[in-house]
Amino acid sequence: MRYEAPGTTKEAAALLEKEKGSVHVLAGGTDLIVRMRLGLVEPDLIVDIKHIPTMQAITASASGTRIGAAVCNARLGENKALKKAWPGVVEAANLIGSDQVQSRSTIAGNLCNASPAADSVPALIAAGAKAIVVSKNKRRTVAVEKIVSGPGQTSLARGEVVEAITLPKRPARSGDAYLRLTPRTEMDIAVVGAGVSLTLERGVVKTARVALGAVAPTAILVPAAARAIIGTKLDDAALDKLAAACSAKCDPITDKRGTIEYRTKVAGVLGKRAAKIAFQRAGGVL
Amino acid sequence: MSGVHVSTTINGDPVEFACPQDETLINSLRDRVGLTGVKEGCGTGDCGACSVTLDGRLVCSCLVLSAEVNGKEIATVEGMVEDGKLHPLQQQFIEHAALQCGICTPGILVAAKVLLERNPNPSEEEIRYALAGNLCRCTGYDKIVRAVQAAGKEMRKKSR
Repeated sequence: MRYEAPGTTKEAAALLEKEKGSVHVLAGGTDLIVRMRLGLVEPDLIVDIKHIPTMQAITASASGTRIGAAVCNARLGENKALKKAWPGVVEAANLIGSDQVQSRSTIAGNLCNASPAADSVPALIAAGAKAIVVSKNKRRTVAVEKIVSGPGQTSLARGEVVEAITLPKRPARSGDAYLRLTPRTEMDIAVVGAGVSLTLERGVVKTARVALGAVAPTAILVPAAARAIIGTKLDDAALDKLAAACSAKCDPITDKRGTIEYRTKVAGVLGKRAAKIAFQRAGGVL
Repeated sequence: MSGVHVSTTINGDPVEFACPQDETLINSLRDRVGLTGVKEGCGTGDCGACSVTLDGRLVCSCLVLSAEVNGKEIATVEGMVEDGKLHPLQQQFIEHAALQCGICTPGILVAAKVLLERNPNPSEEEIRYALAGNLCRCTGYDKIVRAVQAAGKEMRKKSR
């Protein structure tokens, strides 16, 4: 195995393009190094992206916030402006693993690891986040929900690397939230996760996005759940409709963490609760 | 496989070693540098017995490649003693008998030190959250929590 730590995205893309064998991008390593140890992957080349300044930066601009692919999740929680604008995204990212894991893991890595139960992914989908995907000759911007194509699988082509995740500019009276159900409060994997992001106008939900994790082969956007609350003040009838839409979209498996029936029901419950928190964070009164 | 030359600072001292490119930091620390305070429990980032700090942040050294630490600063449990005197955390762990078999202890000491540096007066809940990535199968954690609280108290007194 060869280890390379390029200083620019361009150099990283060139390395990824050139390597003919098994190649893996290393961000925090909290999934990759575990998989190497378990013998699930045997890289010929590892490209460490942590020495690339644009991948280590959190930058705010008129169009929104850009989080470099190598920024560790602990730094998201330490960034006050980000936490204020996107509390749901930050709480989802900060739920991942222990403090030890927070020091290393990244949202871009959480996305590209492509676990159906990844905590940050439903929050990012709800937020309308996009991934900036770079290869030697191309740069494209892709909605986060289009990156993961199945358990452990992404739509990224060989030679492509995620350079950053972008969050759109936040209008006034907006809020987001992420909730997950786990048997333990820490160090556990979501049985169900639910992310909601919404914007209010005169106390009424004007726009919304609802996303679920761990209830399908990938995290999923649930447009019908968003439609159920748009134009409402999040009254009980609207919340019940949201819950029904969440449950209807579920396609989970039964495993040691939960059955199909349980996950399907809990998806609705968590969707409702996350919507209420997002609504209150946006300044709405329940 | 060609190796990698690593030049790093460990507990304040410059350290250089060579290792295979896929070697993890825990193995370099134990087998090349001789710092055996760092323990391997799970090797997959779940137990925290291999906790060290990397540029001030708490990490599992089993989930770091040695090649990554070139030019970085590492601190291990061996660096906690100052001028031959145990760190207040180490002293309080003894006072409170906050250890039994001892395998998890170095990692917990390093994690608790990071916590107290960030938050000198943590609540019991904050301590339990901060140490959630450090598993102990002997003590039931109560004595550990009390030892960390006592060390925090002692350190606050000293800094006054």
